[in-house]
Amino acid sequence: MSAVTSKPETAGTAEKSTSEKEKWLHAHRQMVSIRLFEEQVNELYTRALMPGLAHLYSGEEAVAVGICEALRIDDYITSTHRGHGHCLAKGAAPDRMFAELLGKEAGYCRGKGGSMHIADPATGNLGANAIVGGSVGIATGAAFAAKNLGTDRVVVCFFGEGALGQGSLYEVMNLAQLWKLPVIYVCENNQYNEYTHYQDTTAGTILGRAVAFGIETAKVDGQDIRAVNKIAAGLIQRARSGDGPAFLQCDTYRYSGHHVGDIHREYYRSKHEEQLWKTERDPIRLLGSWLIEQGYADAPALETISLEARKSIEAAVKFAIDAPYPSVSEVDEDVYA
Amino acid sequence: MPERELTFAQAVREALAEEMRRDSRVCILGEDVAEAGTPFKVLSGLVEEFGAKRVVDTPISEAGFTGVAVGAAMAGMRPVVDIMFGDFITLTMDQMVNQAAKVHYMSGGHWKVPMVMRTTLGATRRSAAQHSQSLHAWFSHVPGLKVILPSTPYDAKGLLKSAIRDENPVVFFEDKMMYKLKGPVPEDDYTIPLGVADVKREGDDITLVATSSMVQVALGAADLLDREGISAEVVDPRTTWPLDEETLIDSAKKTSRVIVLDEGYGRYGVTSELAAVIAEGAFYDLDAPVKRMGAMHVPIPFSPLLEDATVPTEQNVFEVARSMCQ
Repeated sequence: MSAVTSKPETAGTAEKSTSEKEKWLHAHRQMVSIRLFEEQVNELYTRALMPGLAHLYSGEEAVAVGICEALRIDDYITSTHRGHGHCLAKGAAPDRMFAELLGKEAGYCRGKGGSMHIADPATGNLGANAIVGGSVGIATGAAFAAKNLGTDRVVVCFFGEGALGQGSLYEVMNLAQLWKLPVIYVCENNQYNEYTHYQDTTAGTILGRAVAFGIETAKVDGQDIRAVNKIAAGLIQRARSGDGPAFLQCDTYRYSGHHVGDIHREYYRSKHEEQLWKTERDPIRLLGSWLIEQGYADAPALETISLEARKSIEAAVKFAIDAPYPSVSEVDEDVYA
Repeated sequence: MPERELTFAQAVREALAEEMRRDSRVCILGEDVAEAGTPFKVLSGLVEEFGAKRVVDTPISEAGFTGVAVGAAMAGMRPVVDIMFGDFITLTMDQMVNQAAKVHYMSGGHWKVPMVMRTTLGATRRSAAQHSQSLHAWFSHVPGLKVILPSTPYDAKGLLKSAIRDENPVVFFEDKMMYKLKGPVPEDDYTIPLGVADVKREGDDITLVATSSMVQVALGAADLLDREGISAEVVDPRTTWPLDEETLIDSAKKTSRVIVLDEGYGRYGVTSELAAVIAEGAFYDLDAPVKRMGAMHVPIPFSPLLEDATVPTEQNVFEVARSMCQ
């Protein structure tokens, strides 16, 4: 190898490690922001400032961030009742998210959707959905449009393992594979269908369902953001280049209850189990340790990221609390386009 | 030159073809819609003109392809789904009611769902309980959906073109017994606005408000009444939502007697709603309670004698109307 060619290679490696460092510091910041966002949601809820229900995403951050970091802004996602993490990871602003959660005019849906229905065309978010498995048709249809309109957009359909019980999922997976649609079905297996362990509700294997349709499948440790991102990037690229849908199982864990009010959980899972996931498998800590090992950050630097994220989340909450409610006259606006 | 006549099926097909030529985002999804042209042959010839990418055969998977249409509409297409028998809308309810109908409102007006569902209604085809129902009341109940009930080839073409151009999810119910009905249909590119009723026949003594298959029944009854010296007005709302309340109420005020006819079940149904609208709007001008006539409250039976007994006929309507005018 000549000196002439080795020089740019060295420069390339240095560039790569800089961008690698920035990429993972950014991902770390995103996960921390989601964690802090959900802490504030819990706070708003327990202080009775937030109407309705709140389903927290804490513990699952590596899935949303790992996958959305591999998407373009004009790619689409669909989300779930536990959707704050997906929306933020796809680019939603925390202040307008909080405003929506509090039913304010400044919210993404002008207060008409709430926590379970955040939607935002500007970031390709087709909407969170409060019907379990309710968005699988929309995601597959967006992929149908992406392909038929001649774009190279990709759609990621997030759903929990609870949606595996819904028949519509299998109808659309069949269509997606028949028509080679650019959609990635991301099954977030957080272990529990509400208050029931998924093994009590799920015959056979999770991946076996997609295998039956001949869909490309993969399974990944959903607490390891680098693994999630790597595998997702491959599946997304594959879909973008016209090779069809994929099904990605991400094994993860829901730190909180099914919703904020689900406090007494011992009848369906032990505190010991929860503690183990939090201490051994926390996605933020795992990435943090790796960043330190790589020399990309030290503990104080990560602490600074946390503090900055906390400040901006707190400012976002304040924005939402101070924001006005919609005028009652808006109640019958937007029923029809 | 005599006006050109088309069958109801040909009018539907012409509307689709014209809109597909006009707008490349319009596509058709459904079971056996391509080469087969559906079992009713309504879509014959479309795949030959527009190709299999725009006239898409699906598996027997109503919830799946209806859901796909919702997402495709959100992402920039204008899909028309074909649900072969209206009875099968039950399989699509989550997609239509929880998704399509609510996306625009829930998103604060940010996402739109410009899709059309074409499906059928109507009994007396000897198809028994799961292929004969008229379930349009179900969708008419849901804010966010529009519902069309064309009763002539002319209306079918103009209303379907409006439906395809509409920015909302629209359900278009075709009476499967009417596909061979002929009527004048201009070759022009005309549309009929949604929410405008049509007075199919003017009269002074009684109003017959009728939808879809019942419009022909009402017109037949009006002929029989005419022979008795009773002048019946026939008003077709054409859409259950948006609803042209004004035309219904004005006609009721004019004649002071009203029968509402619809092939769905009256119980919590379209006739109940229309009767209530008329009663609220024209109460002090009415000389008799508004009468409802619709499908008998039974699952549609198979045996022809039994089936025919479930649907109002010209003779039934004539008799009820005559007794109201005495």
